[in-house]
Amino acid sequence: MREGANGGGERPLVLENARVVDPSRNLDARGAVIVADRRIVAAGPEAARTTRPAGAEVIDCRGAIVAPGLVDMRVFVGEPGAEHRETFASAGQAAAAGGVTTIVTMPDTDPVIDDGALVDFIGRRARDETAIRVHPMAAITKGLKGREITEFGLLREAGAVGFTDGRRTVTNAAVMRRALTYARDFGALIMHNPADPDLVGSGVMNEGEVASRLGLAGIPKEAEIIVVERDVRLAALTRGRCHVAQVSCAESLEVVRRAKAAGIGITCGVSVNHLTLNENDIGPYRTFFKLAPPLRAEADRRAMIGGIADGTIDVIVSSHDPQDVDTKRQAFAEAADGAVGLETLLPAALRLFHSGEVEPLALFRALATRPAELLGLEVGRLAPGAPADMVIVDPDAPWVLDADALRSKSKNTPFEGARFSGRVLRTLVAGRTVFEARA
Amino acid sequence: MNLAPAPLPIVFPHRHLLGIEGMSPREAAGLLDLAEQAIEVSRQIEKKKSVLRGRTQINLFFEASTRTQSSFELAGKRLGADVMNMAVGNSSVKKGETVIDTAMTLNAMRPDILVVRHHAAGAVELLAQKVGCSVVNAGDGIHEHPTQALLDALTIRRHKGGIEGLTVAICGDIAHSRVARSNILLLNILGARVRVVGPSTLLPTGIERMGVDVFTDMRSGLADADIVMMLRLQRERMEGSYVPSIREYFRYFGLDREKLAYAKPDALVMHPGPMNRGVEIDSSVADGPQSLIGEQVEMGVAVRMAVLEALAAHLPDA
Repeated sequence: MREGANGGGERPLVLENARVVDPSRNLDARGAVIVADRRIVAAGPEAARTTRPAGAEVIDCRGAIVAPGLVDMRVFVGEPGAEHRETFASAGQAAAAGGVTTIVTMPDTDPVIDDGALVDFIGRRARDETAIRVHPMAAITKGLKGREITEFGLLREAGAVGFTDGRRTVTNAAVMRRALTYARDFGALIMHNPADPDLVGSGVMNEGEVASRLGLAGIPKEAEIIVVERDVRLAALTRGRCHVAQVSCAESLEVVRRAKAAGIGITCGVSVNHLTLNENDIGPYRTFFKLAPPLRAEADRRAMIGGIADGTIDVIVSSHDPQDVDTKRQAFAEAADGAVGLETLLPAALRLFHSGEVEPLALFRALATRPAELLGLEVGRLAPGAPADMVIVDPDAPWVLDADALRSKSKNTPFEGARFSGRVLRTLVAGRTVFEARA
Repeated sequence: MNLAPAPLPIVFPHRHLLGIEGMSPREAAGLLDLAEQAIEVSRQIEKKKSVLRGRTQINLFFEASTRTQSSFELAGKRLGADVMNMAVGNSSVKKGETVIDTAMTLNAMRPDILVVRHHAAGAVELLAQKVGCSVVNAGDGIHEHPTQALLDALTIRRHKGGIEGLTVAICGDIAHSRVARSNILLLNILGARVRVVGPSTLLPTGIERMGVDVFTDMRSGLADADIVMMLRLQRERMEGSYVPSIREYFRYFGLDREKLAYAKPDALVMHPGPMNRGVEIDSSVADGPQSLIGEQVEMGVAVRMAVLEALAAHLPDA
């Protein structure tokens, strides 16, 4: 994160006339936010009654929501190795425009992030190139090969906030057991992608009628369910912490729900795509809807929303995965998985609010507060003393997504031409504006 | 005139030494006292005793060892025994003979004492059931290594005046260590407070019910320890299987001056050898003033003399 030229001498800031949403205090009320020295001084109704600090800059939010800046736990950046798809600079701009103030980068780059020097490299590049906060996750296994665990201790000291094999699944249960066991000593979070590669096989979309009609090989839900069930058992055995990177179907969610009820150290995430889209959106072989895990049935999507509403799902991620024309302008079966999502994460998530299914508190808890808690970061909340990372969003402002206007270098969005209600007006990191919408 | 030698005192009322398990505090102390006498013998120019004169001791090592085998060989020779080393590489074991067949073959040669090391837990006990002589376990798999525990206890006792009430931290690869298991048993018998310290991947399941306090970091594990006992980490376990790398292991669990400072100022450092310098122990500590590592080797010969002498009391015609 780049520090402002005016450094610590910034003026105090007051956000007035706001709907303050702070899941860390179960607060959703009209009020104000006061910021000084890059941190929250007060946020909520009491802040509106407080005398403004002398010389403060005042922003009238006109009833818009002020919430903690989003913490996106699953972001693929092309750097190092695929800078033509995305750089820290372009990802940082996309994130800021989407109200995302912290991104967690995935280690499946070239080279793989499995060494302290590479974690350090990302930290320095991100500081130089972006105005948002960037925290790398390092690989669970060396070279993402699924065999030997990486140096969790040294990597954490270098700045890794957790460990994941990114798109890969650790298929060897003994390796996963050891990773969870070893991670426990360091209090490290293991984030695991649940997809048994043998069951995925040559599948390219959700297994079922739609795939059969399209003549596409299917991916059974069991590819996910079995790994989630295995990980639950390993988390119980090791008393470690395992975060399921993404669930996509009702059955895996049920496994997590039962495990949580039993007190097992498991948490899970879902991508905003799986909350807002389903397999039917693929339509005529549209490769921008080719995702991993694949978009599932409508019943699964509805189950995911239920998981957000009742807190079984801890985290919503963008799963931002930039792909270039060379990998997406292909026959569906041959195209790469993934979609960009940093800029559409919040507007897409707000669809659940407009449909009346999820309250803003639950939504921002999953978008900011919980991920920060899982990662051990002090952001994700508007409590006094917290870093002043905020998004100001007008939940009702309508707009239409033009893919060419995306700040990401890659334009592979499944929301091309989508109508959204909810626009990010301003994004602040440590009290400093890093994005402001044109009026 | 009675030419038979005076009967040996019964210190240890068993025919074999297969493990520390089941040993009484009195038996353990008796062996250590006997070893004290053996130290005196070993420090004389004339190191010979005749307790085992005419007896045959066979060292049967299914797993290579320099230190332990030569220690047993010296011990036997100093007691007057005829000692034969059976190196597995030259034996029929390599040709597919079972451990029991090997034992029966050797038994037919009428040895008096068999000293056995085997890579499988329980193999020495199995062998002991099949032979007519006394058997000493020189290490079976990751189960027990009783003479190592005895020599460690002797070393500690000589430096600290006793063992009861001392805090002993056993550090490193507990899971794969027969030295750790025998030491945990013996130190508990002798009244020490025993800790194990290591990454969770190297701590066996249920270890907390074996009479130890479990720590996964050196700072709290070594706090106020009187004895810091380091264990060897096998190379094949340090490349990502149990721990990710040598450098990470050394950083968090390698005993250097900084970590040793967490222990008591007069804490003593031990290692069963052979050491991996720069893996589990730093040279500055291994060769430093608090190290007892060299002395452990000397105590090894004395303890093995004591064990052989104690078992000799049960040999026919003894």
